[in-house]
Amino acid sequence: MQMLTKAGLWKGAWSGRWLASLLSKSTILISALLMSAMAHANLTIEITRGSDQALPIAVVPFATEGAPSEDVAQIIQDNLERSGFFSPLERNAIFESPNQAEDVQFGTWRSLDVRYLVVGRVTETGGGYRIEYDLMDVSGQRQMLGETITAESGNLRGAAHLASDQIFEAITDIRGAFSTRIAYVTAEGVGNTMQFGLYVADADGRNSQQVLTSDEPILSPAWSPDGRKLAYVSFETERPAIYIQEVDSGRRVRATSFEGLNSAPAWSPDGRKLAMSLSKDGQPDIYVMDIANRSFERLTQSNSIDTEPDWAPDGRSLLFTSDRSGAPQIYRYTLGSGETQRLTFTGDYNARGRFSPDGEELFLIHRSNQGFQVARQNLESGRLVVISETQRDESPSVAPNGTMVIFATQQGGNGVLSAVSADGRSSFRLPSPQGDIREPAWSPFLN
Amino acid sequence: MQLKPFARSLAIALSLVVIAGCSSTGGTQDGDSYGTQGAAGTGTSSGSTTGAGAGGQYGSTSGTSGTGAGQQADSRIPEVRTIHFDYDRDSIKSEYESVVMAHARYLRSNPNAQVVLHGHTDERGTREYNMALGERRANAVQRFLNIQGVSPSQMSVVSYGEERPAARGQAEQAYSQNRRVVFNY
Repeated sequence: MQMLTKAGLWKGAWSGRWLASLLSKSTILISALLMSAMAHANLTIEITRGSDQALPIAVVPFATEGAPSEDVAQIIQDNLERSGFFSPLERNAIFESPNQAEDVQFGTWRSLDVRYLVVGRVTETGGGYRIEYDLMDVSGQRQMLGETITAESGNLRGAAHLASDQIFEAITDIRGAFSTRIAYVTAEGVGNTMQFGLYVADADGRNSQQVLTSDEPILSPAWSPDGRKLAYVSFETERPAIYIQEVDSGRRVRATSFEGLNSAPAWSPDGRKLAMSLSKDGQPDIYVMDIANRSFERLTQSNSIDTEPDWAPDGRSLLFTSDRSGAPQIYRYTLGSGETQRLTFTGDYNARGRFSPDGEELFLIHRSNQGFQVARQNLESGRLVVISETQRDESPSVAPNGTMVIFATQQGGNGVLSAVSADGRSSFRLPSPQGDIREPAWSPFLN
Repeated sequence: MQLKPFARSLAIALSLVVIAGCSSTGGTQDGDSYGTQGAAGTGTSSGSTTGAGAGGQYGSTSGTSGTGAGQQADSRIPEVRTIHFDYDRDSIKSEYESVVMAHARYLRSNPNAQVVLHGHTDERGTREYNMALGERRANAVQRFLNIQGVSPSQMSVVSYGEERPAARGQAEQAYSQNRRVVFNY
């Protein structure tokens, strides 16, 4: 969760992981995802703030045999930079091009103040590629990783993301989240002429794939814990209903279509239940649906709005937003005992809480004197810290490794996605090619 | 949108008066108020099932705007089908009471007519919370119509929250157009 200090990173680097990797060159096969792609324009990332604690790394352009469709080293470099943990050396500052560990002159890279170095080569094989790369610790003058990844021809980017995950974890001791995906909603137009779309893209905004389009609103996408399904709210019948859809096959079922609100679906960590907000019995309350047998349990009964549930990682409690105190605040409901505890006390608007993966913090939308901003609150201390620099923020969603939060905000009157590191030090933005883009949901780990 | 605790208590008290005086209270299930100063008076008169008297009484207290719509023949759907709300409020503003009354008359006169009340909010705040706030506004209008003798079977509520803005922009002008309930027949 925390951004490691430089000392901490070094400790992580020396934690012995590299030794095991050095001794056994692993081979990992990536199978191409079957993209039933109705492709949408890709999202392009703009880094908006770099961390002053980012580690200097150089990713040397990989040697190639054949004509790879992607620049693997560039993908790795962009991933590492986007994480906020790394500050990669610009390509035009690289004047030596080793492509294997044996060719590295450590002095060259030390003089460039580079701490880590990635070198490699991509070889076209029958129907695919072989990527071999080495991660070097420049100061320690030793190899930390030596990996071989084979990829089918359509999935060179996936292989580059996997390499990025391995490099990230070897240095930081934190599992990489570059091989994950994000779901998001697009909207164009105004009033009765609007068009909505639900999409899934790689975590870097590429490979976007349409899941659903509608001339009625779509919102609240939520990934199942296995990363195969999305629950979401669609108004396609001119009323809200919650659907569960398999992302790859497109098969789906309607989970709920009660009178009133059918809102804010949230998967339990075991994937068997959906928490949601329903107003069928009066004011919006939190219910839990057993997906297999379609039974419902009502958790809250109040004269207030209760919505935006989110499960604790251990599955024993849920967060939700309620205005029972007179203004929206975040509460925690403990399953079994039914005990309900108010968590937020800073300011008069705190909503849409999301647990960190370790369950120790929550990310939320907080109304500050600047506007609606993404904030982080430590559950033990209760201390709330604003981490975004924008003022019309919505829908925070936490990366599965807890290092970043993606959220919706506005830029020049259009909805865009933005992401900020959990410590607020670095951020990037994913502008929409057209119209608004909103409601991001970061997938769980997929591999 | 949130009522202050005192206002909420008052609203609950007024709603109870209303419910006590109303034989057909489907949809009045909570402590939210349509919150106008005339609420108590409405409550005492709303037991009337003829409706016309109540309507007349309301029309006479609702000021001058929209009286044209109020005097339309009840065989036609009233032309004004959108009413607007103050920030953080679900109370029907006095200037729109005559509009709602006209819809009440139309619905009473046309028992087969069906209306879907669409509740909307401006974009500030979180989407799912706003979805609930939009429902609160539409419910307030539904309760008002019910008290005026419109059958619950003629009405339904759908909240769109902030998802279908009538106007784009990040200024009060757009926000005020977006905080609305629309009568859809």
